[in-house]
Amino acid sequence: MAYLAAHPLLAVVVPAALGLVVMAGGRRAVRALKWIAVAGPLATALVGIAWLGGDRAAAAVQADWLAQGGAVMTAGVALDALSAVMLVVVGLVSACVVVFSIGYMAEEDGQARYFSVISLFVGAMALLVTATSLVTLFVAWEVMGACSYLLIGFWYRKPSAADAAMKAFLVTRIGDVGLLFGLALLWRETGTLVIADVLAAAPALGAGVVTAAAALLFAGAVGKSAQFPLHVWLPDAMEGPTPVSALIHAATMVAAGVFLIARMWGLFEVAETVRVAIAAIGAVTALFSAMVAITQTDIKKVLAYSTISQLGFMFVALGAGVWQAALFHLVTHAAFKALLFLGSGSVIHATHTQDVREMGGLARRMPVTAATWCAGALALAGVPPLAGFFSKDAVLHAALGHMPLAGWALALASVLTALYATRVTLLVFFGEPRHDGAPHESPLVMTLPLVALGIGAAGLGAAAGPLAVLWGGEAGLDATVAAISVVASALGIGAGVALYRRGPALDTRLAEKLGGTYAFIAEAYRIDALYDRAVARPVRALARWLADRLDRRGLDRAVEGLPSLAERAGRLVASLQTGETDLYVALMAIGLVALIGVALWMGV
Amino acid sequence: MFVVALPVLVPLAGLALVVLLGRDDARARVLSVIATLATIAASVVLLLEWRGSDGILAWVAEGPSAVPVARLAADGLALPLVLLTALLGFVAVLASWTVTSRVRTHYALLLALQAAVTTVFLADDLVLFYVAWEAVLIPMFFLIGGWGHERRRHAAMKFFLYTFAGSALMLVGLLLIIFWGGGTTDLGAEVEALPTHVQTAVFWLLAAGMLVKLPVIGVHTWLPDAHTEAPTAGSVMLAGVLLKMGGYGLMRVAVPYAPQAFADAAWVLAVLGVGGIVYGAFLAFGQTDIKRLVAYSSVAHMGFVVLAIATGTALGYGAAMLGMVSHGLVAGLLFFLVGALYERTRTREMARLRGLVAAVPRWGGVFVFATLASLGLPGLSGFPGEFLTLAEAFSRWGGWIAVAGVGVVMAAVYGLAAVRRIGHGADAPEAACRDLTGREWLAAAVLGLPIVALGVAPGLVLSATERAFSALAAIGGGF
Repeated sequence: MAYLAAHPLLAVVVPAALGLVVMAGGRRAVRALKWIAVAGPLATALVGIAWLGGDRAAAAVQADWLAQGGAVMTAGVALDALSAVMLVVVGLVSACVVVFSIGYMAEEDGQARYFSVISLFVGAMALLVTATSLVTLFVAWEVMGACSYLLIGFWYRKPSAADAAMKAFLVTRIGDVGLLFGLALLWRETGTLVIADVLAAAPALGAGVVTAAAALLFAGAVGKSAQFPLHVWLPDAMEGPTPVSALIHAATMVAAGVFLIARMWGLFEVAETVRVAIAAIGAVTALFSAMVAITQTDIKKVLAYSTISQLGFMFVALGAGVWQAALFHLVTHAAFKALLFLGSGSVIHATHTQDVREMGGLARRMPVTAATWCAGALALAGVPPLAGFFSKDAVLHAALGHMPLAGWALALASVLTALYATRVTLLVFFGEPRHDGAPHESPLVMTLPLVALGIGAAGLGAAAGPLAVLWGGEAGLDATVAAISVVASALGIGAGVALYRRGPALDTRLAEKLGGTYAFIAEAYRIDALYDRAVARPVRALARWLADRLDRRGLDRAVEGLPSLAERAGRLVASLQTGETDLYVALMAIGLVALIGVALWMGV
Repeated sequence: MFVVALPVLVPLAGLALVVLLGRDDARARVLSVIATLATIAASVVLLLEWRGSDGILAWVAEGPSAVPVARLAADGLALPLVLLTALLGFVAVLASWTVTSRVRTHYALLLALQAAVTTVFLADDLVLFYVAWEAVLIPMFFLIGGWGHERRRHAAMKFFLYTFAGSALMLVGLLLIIFWGGGTTDLGAEVEALPTHVQTAVFWLLAAGMLVKLPVIGVHTWLPDAHTEAPTAGSVMLAGVLLKMGGYGLMRVAVPYAPQAFADAAWVLAVLGVGGIVYGAFLAFGQTDIKRLVAYSSVAHMGFVVLAIATGTALGYGAAMLGMVSHGLVAGLLFFLVGALYERTRTREMARLRGLVAAVPRWGGVFVFATLASLGLPGLSGFPGEFLTLAEAFSRWGGWIAVAGVGVVMAAVYGLAAVRRIGHGADAPEAACRDLTGREWLAAAVLGLPIVALGVAPGLVLSATERAFSALAAIGGGF
C-alpha cells in the first residue's frame, strides 16, 4: 500500500495501459480481457485508499513537459486530500460500471473498443484529479472529452448517436477554448502553470486579471458540467450506452467542472464577481432543468436533466464560497446518480424500451433493481438518512447563508427534484404493468454493482465527518436548513405520489391543459432550436459563402488572372502557341540565368 | 562530418539506382523502398552523431583547388525536419504502390524531391539554399502534372508560377544579404547587422517567398488546387514537407539576418497567422471534397506556425517546430488515407461517401484517429504546438489573440463533421471496398506512432531545438 501511495502515477497508468491491452487484444480476446479491465479502476481506487489509509507521503511526479530557452511548462501529478478522495470515488464507481457493462454489453459488437475507451477514460479522469499543473489538467480534461465522444457515438451507425457525439464534443469545446485562454492568461500573468504557484500568486494579481482568469476557467466548467447555456449536449449524450451515461455523464466527467473550481479555489476565492455569476448560473440551471425533468418520458432523459440540475446545486455551493459542500455533494451524487443510471440500464435491458409510459409494475419482476433504485431515488430526493440528504443540506446551508436568493431557488428546485424522482419511480416500478412480455431481473454481474452503489447512496452521509476533517470546513446539520430540506422533500414526494399514483395519465392531461407551455418545457425551452437557427445554420452558410464566393470565385480568380495575363504577354513576345509548358520552360530559363548571374557575380 | 551529407546523398544514390536498374515496375518499387529506408537510417545516424556534438555538425564539399562547392550543416532547427522528410519519403513510396504509369519516373521524381527538400534543410550556404529551394519545384511540378487528377495541368502550373514568383522576390532578398554582408554566402557567418532600412527590404523580400510557401492567407490559393490535384504521394510530400520550407526559411534566414525588421513586422505575421487559423478552418468546413478539406486544414495549421514564429520567443519557435512536425505527420496521414479511399471509391465527394467506419473499420479507425490529432487533441502531436502558440501569442499580444479561439472550435467542427458525413451512419453501397492492406497499415503506423509519441513527449523535439532556439530568441532581441 505504501508503494501505491508513493506512486500516484499508477492510478493513471494502470487503467490506461489496460485500455491499450484490451484494444490490442481485439474482438476475441475481449471476452477474457474485459474481466481484467476491472483491475484498472480498482488500481485507481487503491492508490487513493492507500494515501487516505495513512501513508500520506507527499509523493509528486514532476517533469518539464514543454520547455525552451529557460521557459518551462511543468507537468505533474501528486496526491492530496482532494485528489485522493476523488480517486477513490472515481475508481469505485468506475469499477461498478465496468462490472455492470460486462453483463450489459455482453451481446454487443465492438466490445474491445468499448472496454478500451472506458479504461482510457478512467486513466484520464485519474490524471485530471491528481494533476499538479494546469497543462496536465487540461490534457486530461480534453482526453476525457474525446473518450466521451467515442462512447456517445459507440453505436455510430445510428445517425442520432453520431450527431449526439459530435454535438457533445463541439459544445464542450466552446467552453474549453475559454479554459485554454484562461490558462494563457495565467501563464502571462504568473509565468507558471503549476497550480500551487498560480494559487500562491493569485491574491497579488490585479482584480481585472483575477476576474478574467476565473471567468475563463469557469467557461470551461460550464461546458464540461453542462450548465446553462452550454447544457444542450448532455441530454443528447444519452444516445451512448447506459453504463457510459452512468460513469461519464453523471458521476465523473461532468463533475470535472466542479472539481476544477474547487482545485483552483485560491483563485476563485478572490474572484468575488465571478462567484456571484457561478451561483446565478448554478441556480438557474438547477431550477430550469428540474422542471424539464418532470416532463420527460424517456427514463434516461429524466436522469440527464436531473444530472444537469444537481450539478447546478454544486455550482451554487461553489458560488456561495463553500467548495467543501459542493465536493461532498459531488461524491454522494456520483454514487446515487451512477446507481440510478445503472438501474435504468437494468430496466432498459429487461424491457427493451426507455419510455416510462411503457413500463410500470416492475418492482415485482425486478426486486433488486427496484430496491436499489428506490435507495438512489430517495437519496436524490434528499430524504434522511440517505446520503443525498446530508450533502444537499450542506449545499443549502452554504447557499442560504451566503447567497439567499440562490438558496431559495435551490429549495424550490429540491421540491421539484423530489417530485420528478417520485414520478419516475412510480411510473417505472409501481402501478399496473403497461408493457408486453415478461421482463425479469438482470444477472448477478449487473445487480451486484447496483447493490454496491446502493450501499454508497444510503450510507455516504456518514462521510461528512471524515471529509470535513480532510478538507477543512464544517460538518454537522443545521436544524433550520435541515427542516427546510425535509419539508421540500416531503412536499415533492407528496405531490408526486398524489399526481402519479395512477400512472402517466396526468402527463397527457397536463399537456392538453397547458398546451404550448407544457410542450415548451418538455422540449427544454427549445434552446436547441434556437442555437440551430442562431449559430449552426449561420456558421454553415458563412463557411459555404466563404468557400464558394470569396475564396474560389473572388480571391482565387483574381490571382489566377495575374499569371494568365503574364502568360498571354509571354506568348505574345515569344510567339509561341503550344501551351503552358512553354511558359514553364521560359521561367526555368529566367531562373537559370538569374542563378548563373549570381554565381558569376559571386565569383564561385 | 560526411554523415551530414548522407540524408541528401542516399536518396540521390537511390535515384540513380532506380533510373539505371528499375526496368520493371516491381524492381523500381523495391529499390525506392530500400532507398527511403536507407535515408531514414542515415537521418537517424546523423541525429545520433549530432547528439554527441556541440550543437552543429557541418560538412564542406571542396572542389578543385579547395574551393568549397557545397556547405551543409545540421543543427536543432534542421534535424527534426530532416527526420520528418525521411519518414514521409518512405510513406510517399508506400503511397505510390498503385501507380501504374511511368512507374520508374514517378519514383525517380519522388527521390529527387526528397533529396532537394533535405538539401534546403541542411544547406549552410545561401546560394545552395536558394538552388535547393528552386530545385524542389521541378520534381513536384512533374509529379502533379504527370500523375495528378483531372485538373492536374492547371494545378501544376499554378503551383509553379505562384511559388516561383515568391521565390524570385526571395532571391533578391538573398542577394541583398550577400551584398551587404560583404560577399560571404555562408549561412552561419557572423556578419555585421544590416542597416535598418535594408533589413526591412530583406525581411519582406524573403518573407514573400516563404509566406507563399507556407502559405499564409491571401497567397494560399495555389494550395487547395495543388494538394487536391496531386497524386497521393505528391500531396503527402507537399503538405508534409514542402510547406515547412516556409517556416524553416523564416527561422533560418529571415529572422537572423533581419531581426529588427522581424521585430517590427511581428504583428503583421501575427495577424496573418490568426487570420489563417480562422479563415482556413471556415474554408475547410465549407468544402464538399474531402481532399480539399484536408488541404484547407493545412492553411489553418500553418496559421499556427506563423503565429508561433511571430512571438519571437524560444518557446514560440519551439511551438512552431512542434506545429510543423506534427502537421507533417498528421496531414501526411490524412492525405494518405484520403488517397487510399480514392483508389477504392474513385470519388472524393463527401456526399457520395457514407458509413465508412462500419464498412472499412480499420480505415475508419485510423481516420478518426488522424482527425482527432488534426483538431489538436491533447495526447496527440497537434496539441503541444497549438497550446504553446496560443499561450505565447496571448502573452505577447493579449486579448485579440482570442480570435484564434474561433479557429480552435472550427477545427473540431470541420474535422468531426467530416467524420460524421463520411465515417458514421449506415453503410453506403459505394463503401463496398477493401479495408487497409498490410502495406497501408505500415504507412499508417509509421506516421501514427510518432503522432502519439510527440503528443505524450513533445520534449523529443524541444530537447533537440533547445540550443538553436535559445540562440535565435537571443538574436531576435527578446520581447
